[in-house]
Amino acid sequence: MKQKRVSFKNEWNGILFALPAILGLLIFTLGPMLYSLYMSFTDYSGSNVPTFVGLDNYTRIFSGEDQYFYKSLRVTVYFVILSVPSGIIYSFLLALLLNRDVKGKAIFRTIFYLPSIVPIIAISFIWLWLLNPDLGLANELLGALGFPGSQWIFGEKSVVPSLAMMNLWTTGGTMIIFLAGLQDIPRSLYEAIEIDGGSRFDKLWAITVPMMTPTIFFNLIIGIINGFQIFAQAHVMTNGGPNNASLFYVFYLYREAFQFSRMGSASAIAWVLFIIIMALTFIVFKTSRKWVYYEGDGSR
Amino acid sequence: MRRKGWIENGLVYLVLLAGGTFSLLPLIWLVRSSLMDMGQIFEMPPVWIPKPFRLSNFSEALTILPFGKYFVNTSIIVLFTMIGVIVTCSLSAYSFARMKWRGRDLIFGLLLSSMMLPYAVTLIPTFVGWSKLGLTNTFIPLIAPAWFGGGAFNIFLLRQFYLSIPRELDEAAYVDGASHWRIFISIIMPLTKPALIVVGLFTFLASWNDFLGPLVYLNSESKYTLALGLQQFKGMYAAEWHLMMAAATVVLAPAIIVFFIGQKYFVEGITLTGIKA
Repeated sequence: MKQKRVSFKNEWNGILFALPAILGLLIFTLGPMLYSLYMSFTDYSGSNVPTFVGLDNYTRIFSGEDQYFYKSLRVTVYFVILSVPSGIIYSFLLALLLNRDVKGKAIFRTIFYLPSIVPIIAISFIWLWLLNPDLGLANELLGALGFPGSQWIFGEKSVVPSLAMMNLWTTGGTMIIFLAGLQDIPRSLYEAIEIDGGSRFDKLWAITVPMMTPTIFFNLIIGIINGFQIFAQAHVMTNGGPNNASLFYVFYLYREAFQFSRMGSASAIAWVLFIIIMALTFIVFKTSRKWVYYEGDGSR
Repeated sequence: MRRKGWIENGLVYLVLLAGGTFSLLPLIWLVRSSLMDMGQIFEMPPVWIPKPFRLSNFSEALTILPFGKYFVNTSIIVLFTMIGVIVTCSLSAYSFARMKWRGRDLIFGLLLSSMMLPYAVTLIPTFVGWSKLGLTNTFIPLIAPAWFGGGAFNIFLLRQFYLSIPRELDEAAYVDGASHWRIFISIIMPLTKPALIVVGLFTFLASWNDFLGPLVYLNSESKYTLALGLQQFKGMYAAEWHLMMAAATVVLAPAIIVFFIGQKYFVEGITLTGIKA
């Protein structure tokens, strides 16, 4: 009898304590999701009464009637393909090196992490200046080394690679996650391979990489999700240009919603993004069974 | 054998130094450019030490636009966001970590999966909602979400910390008749102060660095944050690199200072988000 009363009280207390989060989920996530889904089937400018138009918004973007949809998709996928693997490899390499017994480890760790706390607007300013084709340090350094300069973010071909390189500059957080993962690998595994006379490379390939696959997997998913949502750089640095070469998906969506007041169409564009991200995450999850190693997982 | 080790070590330091230069050089270049005059900034080969140190760039850049006002605006948003997150996020995380109620795991699961939701999906309807309430061009849309759980990520982070506290502590107190509120205030909160600092620091940075939020919601200049002020500055003084760099340095400095104050907490927090993912 007493037991029951205690758990009853708990029930309401639990909900009461979590109430902010529950309300937040309803007001700022689930509610807007449903509203946005509804809007995506309407013609809505933000000030008129939404009129139901069925699948019009979707057919308009998929049929290519709005030429910018496929353009922005291509540009964004290109950015993700360039920035996600390079970011993971670069930060994994740094973490591997910092996991050794090097002097000044803490200082290096701080230095590598530092850029990732810089406000995005300041990051954009710094790189605008560094990558200026005529006056910037980047071309000056290339010139000093005997290389030709680049148009960087002002060249149609070079703008996305330049932004992917900028993205490398801010991968310090990923590096720290890798570093934490590396420190969790039991030393005994390495000792075992040493006894068998294994080389450095054997250790890396047979122990470190397999043991790190869950962390790599985590960073891969987060990287893809974030990569698809790049926005501020395009807004501040390139304004989508030159010639729409950096018209990233979210920038295109922002333009539709807030500059052209096409809220219905923008909602459809947002839902397509949502489905793309879900699908990619699902694919990564599915294939992860083949390459992610979990401790105590008998199937591998 | 010894020689091989020496070469290997050399290579390690070479890569680390190259990476370190890549990380630091842009920041150093920013600061040095912010202290030069228009002539010196373009000198080639590059000059590294400003001569003389032109501190007047800062006063000039900061008086062209009302950066003082922007600073106050940003601080108000950041402060109320931080308070909201710390209060409501810790309560919710306590509930998810230490209390049992029907539907708890379902709601926590929904919260976690909401992290995968692109902000673009909720941005538009949320904006429409606030504008129907007539609250765009106020700070409320930027602050309010923080008072409703403070984001799935923060709840997840705090919950991880709370789970690591031995159950016996609060169970004993509960049997002795202490209420959840009392346990939360006098046992959990003091024990997890570092965790709250982590969440506070992350929140500070996210709010201080936010660009899209103010861009969407604020449209009168007197309401602008530093990020928007800077953006506007770029439109007006695009060629005056020394002033632009000075203004950017001012926006960046508080983030760097806060980072160095809370450095050890940062690493702890990032580490926790990556483990057992």
